Amino acid sequence: MSDLLATWTSPDQATALPVIAALPLLAGGAVLLLRRHPNLREAASLVGGIALAVAVLGLWPAAGRDLRFELWSWLPGLSFEFALEPLGLLFATLAAVLWPVTTVFSIGYLRGNRETDQTRFYFFVALTIAAAMWIALSANLITLFVGYEIMTLATWPLVVHKGDPDAERGGRTYLVLLLATSVGLLLPAIAWTWLLAGSTDFRPGGLLTGHAGTTVLVVLFTLYLFGIGKAALMPVHRWLPAAMVAPTPVSALLHAVAVVKAGVFTVLKVAVYVFGIDTLDVSGAARPMMWVAAVTLLTAGVIAVRSDNLKRRLAYSTVSQLAYVVLAATLARDVAIAGGALHMVAHAIAKITLFMCAGAVYVTARKTRVSELDGLGRTMPWTFGAFLLASVSVIGLPPLGGMWSKWLLLMGAAEADQLVMMLVLLVGSMLALAYLMPIPVRAFFRPPPVAPLHGEASPALVGPPVLTAIGCVALFLVAEAVIAPLSGIPELSGIVELP
Amino acid sequence: MIGSHYVYWLTFALMMIGLYVVISHGNLIKKLIGLSLFQVAVFLFYISLGKVDGGTAPIITEGTQTYSHPLPHVLILTAIVVGVATLAVGLALVVRLFESYGSLEEDEILRRDTTDRDGVAS
Amino acid sequence: MTGQLPVLQVLLPLLGAPLCALLRSRVAAWLLFLLAALGSFGCAVLLAQRVATAGTQRYSVGGWTAPVGIEFVIDDFNTPVLLLVSLIATVVAVFSRRSLAAEVAAKRVPLVYACLCLVLAGMLGIAVTGDAFNAFVFLEIMSLASYALIAMGRRRRALLAAFRYLVVGSVGAVFVLIGIGLAYAVTGTLNMADLAQRLGGLHGNRALYAAVVFVFIGLAVKMAVFPLHAWLPDAYAQAPSAVSVLLSATATKVAIYALLRFAFTVFSATLVFGVMPIGRIGALLAVLAMLIGSAVACFQTDLKYLLAWSSIAQIGYIVAGISLATTAGVSAAYLHVINHAVTKAALFAAAGLLVLRLGSTRLDDLAGFGRRMPWTFAAVVVAGLGLVGVPPTAGFVSKWALATALLERGQWPVLAAMLVGSLLALVYVGRIVEVGWFREPSLVTVMNRPPVSMVAAIWFLVLLSVYFGLDPTLPSSLADAAAAALLSDGGE
Repeated sequence: MSDLLATWTSPDQATALPVIAALPLLAGGAVLLLRRHPNLREAASLVGGIALAVAVLGLWPAAGRDLRFELWSWLPGLSFEFALEPLGLLFATLAAVLWPVTTVFSIGYLRGNRETDQTRFYFFVALTIAAAMWIALSANLITLFVGYEIMTLATWPLVVHKGDPDAERGGRTYLVLLLATSVGLLLPAIAWTWLLAGSTDFRPGGLLTGHAGTTVLVVLFTLYLFGIGKAALMPVHRWLPAAMVAPTPVSALLHAVAVVKAGVFTVLKVAVYVFGIDTLDVSGAARPMMWVAAVTLLTAGVIAVRSDNLKRRLAYSTVSQLAYVVLAATLARDVAIAGGALHMVAHAIAKITLFMCAGAVYVTARKTRVSELDGLGRTMPWTFGAFLLASVSVIGLPPLGGMWSKWLLLMGAAEADQLVMMLVLLVGSMLALAYLMPIPVRAFFRPPPVAPLHGEASPALVGPPVLTAIGCVALFLVAEAVIAPLSGIPELSGIVELP
Repeated sequence: MIGSHYVYWLTFALMMIGLYVVISHGNLIKKLIGLSLFQVAVFLFYISLGKVDGGTAPIITEGTQTYSHPLPHVLILTAIVVGVATLAVGLALVVRLFESYGSLEEDEILRRDTTDRDGVAS
Repeated sequence: MTGQLPVLQVLLPLLGAPLCALLRSRVAAWLLFLLAALGSFGCAVLLAQRVATAGTQRYSVGGWTAPVGIEFVIDDFNTPVLLLVSLIATVVAVFSRRSLAAEVAAKRVPLVYACLCLVLAGMLGIAVTGDAFNAFVFLEIMSLASYALIAMGRRRRALLAAFRYLVVGSVGAVFVLIGIGLAYAVTGTLNMADLAQRLGGLHGNRALYAAVVFVFIGLAVKMAVFPLHAWLPDAYAQAPSAVSVLLSATATKVAIYALLRFAFTVFSATLVFGVMPIGRIGALLAVLAMLIGSAVACFQTDLKYLLAWSSIAQIGYIVAGISLATTAGVSAAYLHVINHAVTKAALFAAAGLLVLRLGSTRLDDLAGFGRRMPWTFAAVVVAGLGLVGVPPTAGFVSKWALATALLERGQWPVLAAMLVGSLLALVYVGRIVEVGWFREPSLVTVMNRPPVSMVAAIWFLVLLSVYFGLDPTLPSSLADAAAAALLSDGGE
């Protein structure tokens, strides 16, 4: 293994990039081939996930090097190209590490629920992860766009997995909204960028710097942020609650990690490499969208507080937390961008935990509403223990990973002299407290209405959330190392220190 | 100008009459008549191009030196065939239209079409 | 034998036509059309190779040398048209056997094949001929046969569609004839190369201007350039499906070829786009076509009408490229001709399959068809994305090329119209998806197994368009070579 890792980081390791994008596809192919043998099929999925995680982690030593791999030169001035870059590395690691964890959980969930079409499920999850890798490694907007669309299409069968009218209605909102925004707004924005700058490459310092006036920048930035529907800014956020009809592992992996993080990742990439932090700051082009993000952050928080359905509450919590990352991009400060990137990681780990806990509760106790959870913590201590830790992380309290990202964001807002935004960030955390804390509190301190007939969830269901909850704690300790590669971005070279 | 090129003006007038009939008349047969007029006008225009002053028909005979240019005539022979074919196809269509709709007036046909959108051709 | 290829190309389908009509057997007629199309495709491939290695091929019909006799010329500019037309015809032949059997009365089928042969012969003839008057004759062969084909549609409205097309199309053809006549009056020759040479010194001649205007208006009718497009939606929508596939993919495209040939080879770009304001008029009409065509398509209630209106918009894109009169513009237009032909043929073919299996293409009747026919639906979606121009489809490649060409000339308004047109395309393709997948399926639908031949034809076209999207080297190099050939002898 170490030999393999050594060659992985050798000078011509750029070939590692397409291999990483292809690994999940291989796993998906294996899943299809082994469809008649459920155990082998799931083993293939798991092995693929672990191999991918190892491969991506093996890229960390090379984070500072400019690795590039051209897949094929498509049209003059346009090519499909991969490049390794710090933000992409973070996103790839996130998806790659959390995939095998979710696979374990999926095995428990799908079998526990006796879901049909499990092969289809594992195949499309693998395809989605492949799309996530593609997006993370994209060297230009066109490559990214293709991955972005593939991801939308690959997740759709997962959303409508149940096949009932509800699922279909949700799936329709999901598909229509995501496709309409990307083709209707994002693609024109990319085309416009190309017209202005003559390229779609992600370029340190900003592709558009010096190519467009303030008005054009404002319009373009708006187009991008609404066009990236996966970042779930209001009013294009509706696909996210709609997608909650999906089985919980899908909500966990895709709507806490892969899909939504692909959205905010794209927002960060666009802000840093297409507009350039300094250009955004000087021109103030991001100002209008900052307010949209702030409104989304607060409104979604309020809706989450008022939702009784557990998954819906988590979905709106996700909308609110995604707005943090978008807000980070619009603040246009190096500290804020680093905070956004870290928040992407911290929120992913915490939210996947929350969703997996919700799934464990559903499979074991058949409960979907917050008001039904009274006293469940006594029978399912591990599940709700993990839930509690993850909640604290989302809220942003020490000693959990979520604290650092919110800290950096506050610093960024202060540096940008945006006092209102500091307030928004704080109120957002209060709202998170209000919508998340009642759940473990009810579960642990309220007496159960009837004596429960079940115990703790099965190991496959409870193990993964406990693992990721520990991850939340660990992130508190290693946050500095996690954002260390970001110093490879010229504009972010000075932000690696945390107090 | 008009004196020397009067043939052109005549054919031009004939063309416009034909085009006017095509556009203004709702009766399908009259439309085809207009179309034929229009085509014939162009044929005449072509034939007049080939006329050489003092020339006769381009058939080699004793005692004539000047002939009209034969190429336009040959071309128009082809064009007439095309015109006849067009007219034949057009009339065939009119017959089938009349069988299907029971009318030759375009307005009437359209009216019957809206009442029975999927009417099958006879 | 190989020396006779240019004429063989046209003769095969031309001879096929009377045989089809005489044999009166459905299978024999189908086989004849298939063989004629395959033969033409084979000729086209061989000719393309010869042109690539040995340069322009000239062939004097009947041994009469130009400029007296009729000359067939095969060069870099028309080989792509020959390949495209004969390839699509072959696919249509495969597609048509079951499709026509279901849509046309049995006794008329051999005649339909006879007409299909004639249309093919006409289109190939327009492409190969080097003689202006001969081009008119082939144009009329193609048009007359297509009037008859459209009239074969299932509904009686097809008759009216065919009649209207006949009237408008004939007027257009006569306009071309007048134009050619005027050019002849000025120069005394009908050979295109000869015309080009003699017209070179005649700038400023009013008869010449009139000739250009007449030829262009006449061809614009055949191309369905806005606002001369009125015949197209009814004609494409009412024709039998196999005919729609062939006509939508190739008929307007051949007219575009003829227009380019006249504009650049015969009249020269300096005259048409320099002295006369045809470039500007073309750009304006292109913008209107893109916007109005796409907008109207959004409101159609029938799939085939929707596709037909989308064709009008797509022709706008092509005209926009031509109106630039630059190598990049013509190349982009040419590329869009190829990509759009393949994509739209796939869509009309899918519509044909829907007619066969659901008996209708009305959107109301198509509700939920995707859930019962997922593969057909997938084909429609992939090709539909191509119409919108989503990367990495073929539609994106040509729109990208067009955008580059427009940008080179700073044509921002056209570019903006293109963008709006693409968004509208997203709307109408979205409607198909919405109806096909998300609406509850209607109960009255009769299901039977789809014929393998039709499915194969559809997927061949879809995969071809995907291939042209992923690896645009082949169509791009063809288009570039064509544009280079055209603009070098058009003398700009």
